[in-house]
Amino acid sequence: MQQENVQLRLGSSEDSFLQGIKDCVPTLLGYLSIGFAAGVVGHTSGLSVLEITLMSILIYAGSAQFIIAGMVANHGSIAAIVFTVFIVNLRHLLLSAALSPYFRHLTTLKTMMIGSLLTDETFGVSINKASNQSSLSEKWMNGLNVTAYPNWIFATMAGAFFGQWITNPEKFGLDFALSAMFIGLLVLQLLGRKKLARDLIVVISAVVIVVGISMVTSGSVAVIIATIGAATIGVLIEKWK
Amino acid sequence: MEIRWGIFAIIIGASLVTFIPRVLPLMVLSRLQKPDLAMRWLSYIPVAVMAALLGNELLMTDGEITPLKDNIELFAALPTFLIAIFTRSLLGTILVGVVTVMILRFLF
Repeated sequence: MQQENVQLRLGSSEDSFLQGIKDCVPTLLGYLSIGFAAGVVGHTSGLSVLEITLMSILIYAGSAQFIIAGMVANHGSIAAIVFTVFIVNLRHLLLSAALSPYFRHLTTLKTMMIGSLLTDETFGVSINKASNQSSLSEKWMNGLNVTAYPNWIFATMAGAFFGQWITNPEKFGLDFALSAMFIGLLVLQLLGRKKLARDLIVVISAVVIVVGISMVTSGSVAVIIATIGAATIGVLIEKWK
Repeated sequence: MEIRWGIFAIIIGASLVTFIPRVLPLMVLSRLQKPDLAMRWLSYIPVAVMAALLGNELLMTDGEITPLKDNIELFAALPTFLIAIFTRSLLGTILVGVVTVMILRFLF
């Protein structure tokens, strides 16, 4: 019976490469606008188009790329920049751990390939897809990733190239695409999980903790502490009931 | 149009410290049978991390709470949330959010 279900699922178009590409489409505006902005900021900090492109290919993380641009402009040391990027991207540990139950069927090499292209956006889309199934298809995940990744590279290149003419990309509200996407993904999660009361307490806890902690340390450290704290609160509430 | 050595070193270093946290849990944890409690904890991570990212993005500027009267993004978040709840469309949500911010920034 279970075997049948698995075959049925793998055979359905819902898990195909093409569906992965389709499911990535809503995030593209976010990638394009944030990537464009990252390219513009990189250009303003004196990075060459080639350097910005290489950064997108090898690092592929918006927050890190903004921070590198900022610290390069302020002549930060190599060690300080690398360490800051490490802290900023440490939240990927949590995203990667949360996705791990859905890739039990893949080899270590394949989970490495999938993990290497993990972003906040692809995490949001894939965890949302995972909410009513026990595993995620590799093909679907590849479709999602090979759409998001080149888009990001293209967007930062375009930003780096056109950066000399554009001084204020914020005017068009495009920087809000990222927040709007998190709003959409959060709402989809909350409505899909059917644990609304508990989840809302987790959401409120996360917001309160992140605001409190980011007053005393950096926002990225606060995001990690708030995520760990709020998830723990969620489990504790579950235990009490 | 060139790549300087210092920048190259930063990119290589930053890519390594980004790559490792991305792949390590997926490679190691997907091999292990995790205890039920750990699984339940992990199940709260998506909601928690998105709320934390949003809270940080919408409420804070340089380590301080953004004054309400300057916080166009927070006001724009209201219709964005409503569209997300009622349409459940990710693309629609993002478009409404961006257009709302554009209009608000134009007006104020």
